[in-house]
Amino acid sequence: MHKRFGSLHALRGVDLAVEQGEFFALLGPNGAGKTTLINILAGLSRATSGSSAVMGHDVVAAYRETRRALGVVPQELVYDAFFTVREMLRFQSGYFGLKRNDEWIDELLHNLGLEDRANSYTRNLSGGMKRRVLVAQALVHRPPVIVLDEPTAGVDVELRQSLWSFIKRLNRDGHTIMLTTHYLEEAETLCSRVAMLKQGEIVALDTTRNLLGAHAATEVRLKLVPSQLPEGLRAMLVGEEDGCFRLALRHYGELEAVLAGLRVAGVEVRDMEVTKPDLEDVFLQIMEAA
Amino acid sequence: MTGLWTLFYKEILRFWKVSLQTILSPVVTTLLYLLIFSHVLAAHVQVYPGVGYAAFLIPGLVMMAMLQNAFSNSASSLIQSKMGGSIVFILLPPLAYWEFFSAYVAASVVRGMAVGLGVWLSGYWFAPHAIAHPGWMLAFALAGCAALGALGIISALWADSYDQLAAVQNFVIMPLTFLSGVFYSIHSLPPFWQGVSHLNPFFYMIDGFRYGFFGVSDISPWTSLSIVSGAFLALSLATLWLLKSGYKLRS
Ligand SMILES: Nc1ncnc2c1ncn2[C@@H]1O[C@H](COP(=O)(O)OP(=O)(O)OP(=O)(O)O)[C@@H](O)[C@H]1O
Ligand SMILES: [Mg+2]
Repeated sequence: MHKRFGSLHALRGVDLAVEQGEFFALLGPNGAGKTTLINILAGLSRATSGSSAVMGHDVVAAYRETRRALGVVPQELVYDAFFTVREMLRFQSGYFGLKRNDEWIDELLHNLGLEDRANSYTRNLSGGMKRRVLVAQALVHRPPVIVLDEPTAGVDVELRQSLWSFIKRLNRDGHTIMLTTHYLEEAETLCSRVAMLKQGEIVALDTTRNLLGAHAATEVRLKLVPSQLPEGLRAMLVGEEDGCFRLALRHYGELEAVLAGLRVAGVEVRDMEVTKPDLEDVFLQIMEAA
Repeated sequence: MTGLWTLFYKEILRFWKVSLQTILSPVVTTLLYLLIFSHVLAAHVQVYPGVGYAAFLIPGLVMMAMLQNAFSNSASSLIQSKMGGSIVFILLPPLAYWEFFSAYVAASVVRGMAVGLGVWLSGYWFAPHAIAHPGWMLAFALAGCAALGALGIISALWADSYDQLAAVQNFVIMPLTFLSGVFYSIHSLPPFWQGVSHLNPFFYMIDGFRYGFFGVSDISPWTSLSIVSGAFLALSLATLWLLKSGYKLRS
């Protein structure tokens, strides 16, 4: 798929399939094209060339089916100043053809911590509360595919956790989830597969596990007395700073060998820290290389 | 149909919640016109035989208020949600473009009729008059409001700012309604301006509506109704086409 805004080439040949039931992350720096891609899926924008489908329906030709299948939490913090939270959720249900939906609306309000705000005007809510309302609005019609464009931006820790446990529950119940976020630890713990986008191109697409394994090693940082690394361990050295040696480990078993090597050489360990690679390291590496 | 019905209901609720501004205030403004013009001009103008000037003014003022408010209802609702971004709430659901159109136009008609009724009732109290043909009256009221509701959608789709929409309202809608024979019969104009008036579609709305009141008009009501319905049809087709193409909504 391609998308151009005048001379700006925002999506350059993105080719992507998300499987049903997946928990998928779409990552990338600001301006990479994540929202553009989501907008095309949601029918808010049209691809310059290429096509996309949701649950087998083309988003242009069969827009009623695809919109019914999608629940989108937009990135922009938008609200309609005239109405209360409950009114908004009722309208949203009605737009999707649902006449009586109060039971599910109440459950959404409960899960998103909005119960006591149900009758507040949306304009009077704090930023994080408005974000919660957007999430609730996206879910009123129990869409099989849920797309969240930075749902946790500006949301407090407590809600972030309850929001994710709610979304995880929906995922377990079979809903497909696609999210964008700049908090990479969220993507790492939640998502089974990740696409990384840079300047409109996919630069990485793999399972979270493979990305972590392939791009960053577990490391051990050692402070030694005397501050000298035995010859036999030199091959593992990846860096040296502040009098600390950083050794790369392919697996934890190698730690045993490192310690044995030190003991044999008569070097004492003053301080030791094992660091696991995280998605942020991988992300930075990939963005730098691409 | 639930989607269409919900959107219509939301649009009604939107203006109803601020009815002081959307209904009462235009009613009061129009009554001020009635009081001032009928008082100042009553001695000088006798348009139709047997119809006092105040009574003559009422249908024109009612129609003018209806048209302006029908326009303003769809236009301001749409531009607000476009500028504020809440338009996504109706772009994301599976609403068809004709449902979008119908809901906005129907809500515009309701708002126009509510204002019109308010102006008419208070005008009646001020200068009681008989109604010759209620059917014609209703037909012109409906067609006029619906046409302006559609025009409101087109204008708000086109406008990229509140300022541009205000320009349409102040430089197109206002002059056309004011110069459509609300305050005079165009027969009192010089021939050239009579000719120009015939190019103004709002003239036919007001003239036909006035026929409903007094059973007299400058033009046959059948001609006027055909022109007004034609205008409504053309504006509707244009609006539907714009909505279908996603003009400025789905870039
Ligand atoms: N309507 C538009 N008109 C012109 N350019 C646009 C439009 N929408 C997006 N762009 C451009 O397309 C590029 C991709 O934007 P997009 O919003 O998809 O980025 P993103 O990955 O969502 O970024 P962020 O993390 O900041 O949300 C940017 O360069 C942006 O300026
Ligand atoms: Mg974005």
